Amino acid sequence: MNWLLEPLAYQFMQRGLLASVIVGVLCAVMGTYVVLRGMAFLGDAMAHAILPGVAVAYLFGGNLLVGAGVAAVLVALSIGFFSRQGQIKEDTAIGILFAAALSLGVALISTMQTYAVDLSHILFGNVLGVSPADLWMIAILSLLILLIVGLFYKPFLVISFDPVLAATLRLPAELLRNLMLVLLALTVVVSLQTVGVSLAAAMLVTPAATAYLLTRRLWPMMLVSALIGAVSSVIGLYLSYYFNIVSGSAIVLTATAIFLLGFLWKRTKSI
Amino acid sequence: MTHTPHRLEIENVDIGYGDKIVLRDLSFQVPHGARVAVVGPNGAGKSTLFKALVGILPLKSGRILIHGESLGTHKDCVAYVPQREDVDWRFPVTVQDVVMMGRFGQIGWLSRPSLRDKQLVAKSLEQMGISDLAARSIGELSGGQQQRAFLARAIAQEPHILLMDEPFTGVDVTTQEVTLNLLEYLQTQQVTTIISTHDLNLAASRFDLVLLVNHRLIAYGTPQQVFTKEHLASAFGNSLLVMENGMMLVDECCPPDEVHTHVEAK
Repeated sequence: MNWLLEPLAYQFMQRGLLASVIVGVLCAVMGTYVVLRGMAFLGDAMAHAILPGVAVAYLFGGNLLVGAGVAAVLVALSIGFFSRQGQIKEDTAIGILFAAALSLGVALISTMQTYAVDLSHILFGNVLGVSPADLWMIAILSLLILLIVGLFYKPFLVISFDPVLAATLRLPAELLRNLMLVLLALTVVVSLQTVGVSLAAAMLVTPAATAYLLTRRLWPMMLVSALIGAVSSVIGLYLSYYFNIVSGSAIVLTATAIFLLGFLWKRTKSI
Repeated sequence: MTHTPHRLEIENVDIGYGDKIVLRDLSFQVPHGARVAVVGPNGAGKSTLFKALVGILPLKSGRILIHGESLGTHKDCVAYVPQREDVDWRFPVTVQDVVMMGRFGQIGWLSRPSLRDKQLVAKSLEQMGISDLAARSIGELSGGQQQRAFLARAIAQEPHILLMDEPFTGVDVTTQEVTLNLLEYLQTQQVTTIISTHDLNLAASRFDLVLLVNHRLIAYGTPQQVFTKEHLASAFGNSLLVMENGMMLVDECCPPDEVHTHVEAK
């Protein structure tokens, strides 16, 4: 029992744990749409595309989360804009913007000298450095995103499953698609602190992919995915504490282990 | 017929993708409650016409009026049974979920389905003979059963116009029969049905009107008016063989070359 409580004696561990669980749940829920709509590449791209925003915010001494948020939303909307009329395929548009934003971010960072530490935090997360203000920001943004996902459950389901039905029901499909991109972007921004941009994509995809194997309706898939996201975060953080590994990696590896278990279980069941 | 108010009017419509026009200068009118078969060779633009009628493909010119108002004014008025390859069959939804989606236009985004919505869904499932499959994943069903699930969704939508793209291709006999019975039932409910098919016999025997197209309107009217040697020759060209006893054969071997957008083929 003691080994469970010991890390929680530290306030930064309490905050880190809370932040990881919130982000784990948020990524897992948004991840169901990422998995079902085949947006894994987009999630990964989005995570890297926020780098210039973070760099600019750092240069001008602004809030990193705000900088990342602005960059992510800009990139999300640009992808929607370039691929809207089908002139360029969506994954091509993503590839172009992803590379451009990442290069811009690295270019900006290369002009600074003291950035190495912060850069590694941004890439791989620094869950133990979550300040009370950060935690509030993470909590509020996550709640907001989850609330919107809940409110738009039906239209999101329809545009994901059957775009033609969305057209006959006169749903504003274009608007909904952009909204989903913005939510995805904000999710990546929120995960910046805990798992970092490099690993955010994994937290978007892995729990949801596991849930996809275990469920056969959308809302149970979301719940199971959220549960896996939360459990991975808790286990990952304890592993990180006791084995002294980077928290983001520990969380993602835990989620991957759960995925492998789910995959094997599904295999043995179907035989 | 001319005294019935026309419920669907297509006026000088050009439809196509990008710069390419697939159907040119199309004009016809469908009286309300009619069963219309759309026939024509592969790539003649049948699916393209459906996409325009549903509103997913913008018109290049001309206009489409439903009940005298332009397309898009009425919510929910048109239901569409998509071609199999346009659906992601691995999506985590049950048959019941799929049919309930037909009610989403009425339910509103935030409300739960009402008792009437649930009853309509149950009735539609029963009518299609798939009540026992309601809790199954859509991906587990056979092709014919999947089509019946989508038909059930279309009737749950309570449309005024029902569009079906090739519902008789590649499905089992039960599904064909259920679909044909549905057409008769819908006629009693004054629902207009427009269906594309390769089966000319079916078009001649089970439909009130036939629309023969090949990149333009070739003929439109009752089966007797449309299925003449001249019209068929004009639509099918070389794939039409006229025999001495007056019998005609239409040979259609080749895969369709019409543009389809595949979401995810199974």
